[in-house]
Amino acid sequence: MSWAGIKFWPEAISAHAENVDALAISFFALIWALAVPIGVALVAFAWRYRRSNDGPDRQQPHHGSAWLEWGWMILPFLLTLAFFVWSAGLYRDQHHPPPDAREVYGVGLQWMWKFEHPGGQREINRLTVPAGEPVRVVLTSQDVIHSLFLPPLRIRQDVVPGLTTSLWFEAEEPGVYDLRCTEFCGVSHSRMTGELVVLEPAEFEAWLAAFDAGPTLAEAGERLYRDLGCSGCHGPNAAVRAPDLAHLYRRPVPLERGETVIADEQYITDSILMPERDVVAGYEPVMPSFEGVIEESELVALVAFIKSMAAEDGMDGNAMGADAPSDPAEEEDAE
Amino acid sequence: MTDAPLAPPRSENFLTAKETIRSWFLTIDHKRIALLYAAALFVFFFIGAAGAAVIRIEMLTPQGDVVSAEGYNRAFTLHGVIMVWFFLVPLIPTTFGNFLLPLMLGAKDLAFPRLNLASWYVFMISGVFTLAAIWLGGLETGWTFYTPLSAVYADGWVTLAILGVFISGFSSIFTGINFIVTTHTLRAPGMTWFRMPLFVWSLYATSLVMVLATPVLAITLLLILAERAFGIGVFDPTLGGDPLLFQHLFWFYSHPAVYIMILPAFGVISELVTAGARNRVFGYKFIAFSSLAIAILGFMVWGHHMFTTGQSMYAGIVFSFLSFLVAVPSAVKAYNWAATLYKGRITLNTPFLYALGFIALFVFGGLTGVILAALAVDLHVHDSYFVVAHFHYIMVGAAVTAFMGAVHFWWPKVTGRLYNEHLGRASAILLWIGFNLTFFPQFIMGYLGMPRRYHAYDPEFQVWHLLSSAGTPILAMGYLLPVFYLGWSLYNGRPAGPNPWRAQGLEWTVSSPPPEHNFHGPVKVTREAYDYPKEDAYKGPLPRDAWREAEDDREEGQAAEDRR
Repeated sequence: MSWAGIKFWPEAISAHAENVDALAISFFALIWALAVPIGVALVAFAWRYRRSNDGPDRQQPHHGSAWLEWGWMILPFLLTLAFFVWSAGLYRDQHHPPPDAREVYGVGLQWMWKFEHPGGQREINRLTVPAGEPVRVVLTSQDVIHSLFLPPLRIRQDVVPGLTTSLWFEAEEPGVYDLRCTEFCGVSHSRMTGELVVLEPAEFEAWLAAFDAGPTLAEAGERLYRDLGCSGCHGPNAAVRAPDLAHLYRRPVPLERGETVIADEQYITDSILMPERDVVAGYEPVMPSFEGVIEESELVALVAFIKSMAAEDGMDGNAMGADAPSDPAEEEDAE
Repeated sequence: MTDAPLAPPRSENFLTAKETIRSWFLTIDHKRIALLYAAALFVFFFIGAAGAAVIRIEMLTPQGDVVSAEGYNRAFTLHGVIMVWFFLVPLIPTTFGNFLLPLMLGAKDLAFPRLNLASWYVFMISGVFTLAAIWLGGLETGWTFYTPLSAVYADGWVTLAILGVFISGFSSIFTGINFIVTTHTLRAPGMTWFRMPLFVWSLYATSLVMVLATPVLAITLLLILAERAFGIGVFDPTLGGDPLLFQHLFWFYSHPAVYIMILPAFGVISELVTAGARNRVFGYKFIAFSSLAIAILGFMVWGHHMFTTGQSMYAGIVFSFLSFLVAVPSAVKAYNWAATLYKGRITLNTPFLYALGFIALFVFGGLTGVILAALAVDLHVHDSYFVVAHFHYIMVGAAVTAFMGAVHFWWPKVTGRLYNEHLGRASAILLWIGFNLTFFPQFIMGYLGMPRRYHAYDPEFQVWHLLSSAGTPILAMGYLLPVFYLGWSLYNGRPAGPNPWRAQGLEWTVSSPPPEHNFHGPVKVTREAYDYPKEDAYKGPLPRDAWREAEDDREEGQAAEDRR
């Protein structure tokens, strides 16, 4: 929304963004409704009870009133509480991506955004997505904390080193929009910007196909899986006894210390980097850490491969536990 | 105003009783220590404001063309670090808190006068560390020192600056302990808890927060230093640490720290509103307990700074709810101040104008805080100029305006002089207009998607940045004008007498400036706080009129001279 070339309100290109706007506008209205009476009272009392005005009666004692006090504590609180419920509901939706959401992997680093599609298509400082389809962006950082901000979708997610986070959206309007980093990340923070490109689904497919993509992400991961020797232990005929990874993704995993966690991206990533942290029940902690051995992009490929094994298997992880909580506090691994 | 001696004899006046430099730097008089703090904070304010000036000048154009990206980052880090730890946190407690707490309670001094002096020296030492870090080239972490940026990646004098902030925490803790013990043990006979001025209640609540929260900051900063200096992994994921742990610990201090800044301001406003309205405060106990409620709830809402970090959804929802809750005791204050005006006898003098301006800015800052506590909205405006505008409304619009109101209210008490009322009211109005022009556009551009801490930005935001930058000279005038007319009043102001506002409160029963030992004889309190007479027969001059009299005197003198 703009007037004379001056923008007053940002464009909204998803149902979520429109909901957030509706919430924000009604909330703004409520706070004006709560603030204005105070302002009016201040001005009116200051005028009526000015020192030089002997007119009004000042006799009646008036230094407290319990019902008034409780009234102006409880009533505004209940009114705002409606907005708490509304906004918490939208926030909850943000934490529950649809099971069939298309996945894109994003890595933040000083100072650029790298995105990679499952088919191996890679982009820098540009995120291309189809319109009208839910997209889930799985994020991690190679160095400091960044934050992926997509203004026309009204969402952002911090991108934290050592943590796998994600956001999801369903953009409806094709177009080119801003994408920004909003967590201060060093000298060139303000240049860590890019584009969100929303294409019509057909255009998007053409875009994907036009890419002279090398191996898909999962294929690259499979090669790494062999090269790094993972298959030597996790393979079916391995000499060392290690957990089978074929059915892993989005399955519950019982841990040595008694807990059970869901094998989400965070869990798989941590298990590669810190295998001794969460040992699977019944296995020995013999796996070496790959921390510092593989790069962030290789890690993404490995995780994609491990996830793809669950899908190939007919055990489509998405079918169950799509909204498995990706609580960063829960992770683990074994071998 | 001729019924009482206008100024105390030199030997009794705390300013002149001892006149050596040594007597100032080794003083254990709470009033002199307050002035030592005021002098230091005055210097820090201008250093911090210089950082803000660089920011607002750079933001005039979308391109980063005035300073380098590095220079810009160092400017806003300087601005944040100095303004938060070396100005806003100590602002009201160490100056007016130190000066007034014993006077308001009927005590000769704070419970630990030497600890009070020590707190000033610790504060100055910490300031030297931080200023050295800035002098040597500064740092670019932002005032929040988020890891792993601060611990691993940032260049500059991070260690030195963190050491400075770490040390300054001890001065907060000393002050907090001193205030708590003083309030418990040094109340004059008859000064029961519910007869204490509301400023004392707010200082008490503030002190609790200082004593309980500051150690957490100290530990957190030490852990960063350990990580930076010795590579001990606490927050760095490559060393097995957790970067979000830092944010939890940091905000566990830094959210309550906001209440360290604003609670004393609430107390000031309760004093200003009652004196300006010449009326007993509405809902004394509700206001008093709301300070404590804010202090306690303030410890339970730190997670609302972390809705976007990937903390668990349930944590986000709980922190959001608690943040909505903390708005309740804040609202109680605003409603009660407005109700206090009802059936009052109101004079629109300078302190009262500041108080009215404060209420408006605080209500708006507080309510936009509730909007930020709404999870889905926060996902959009987090780390944007919306947040910047919100916390400036609270920390500058509210807290610093309250401080300016306090300066104008107690100036006659501290110095014994009246200042020019016209200029006083003009400053209050300039401050309010300049502030709103500077910060209101930031709400709009924040919602539009302008991220904070951006050196170069998208041209679509420029018009809002221009408005914002245009407000700063007006705001600066609002701050600078008082320096001149208050300074002038020191030498030329009319003597104020003990109680120019005809206000209630023990500090107004002693001469202005107060005697070295506060009270001449034993103090006994027999009345409630703010016990203003219902029917006020006094029609005599108030300071604004007294000021006019001084002008008349001068004109008469001039006329007499002309005749001669």
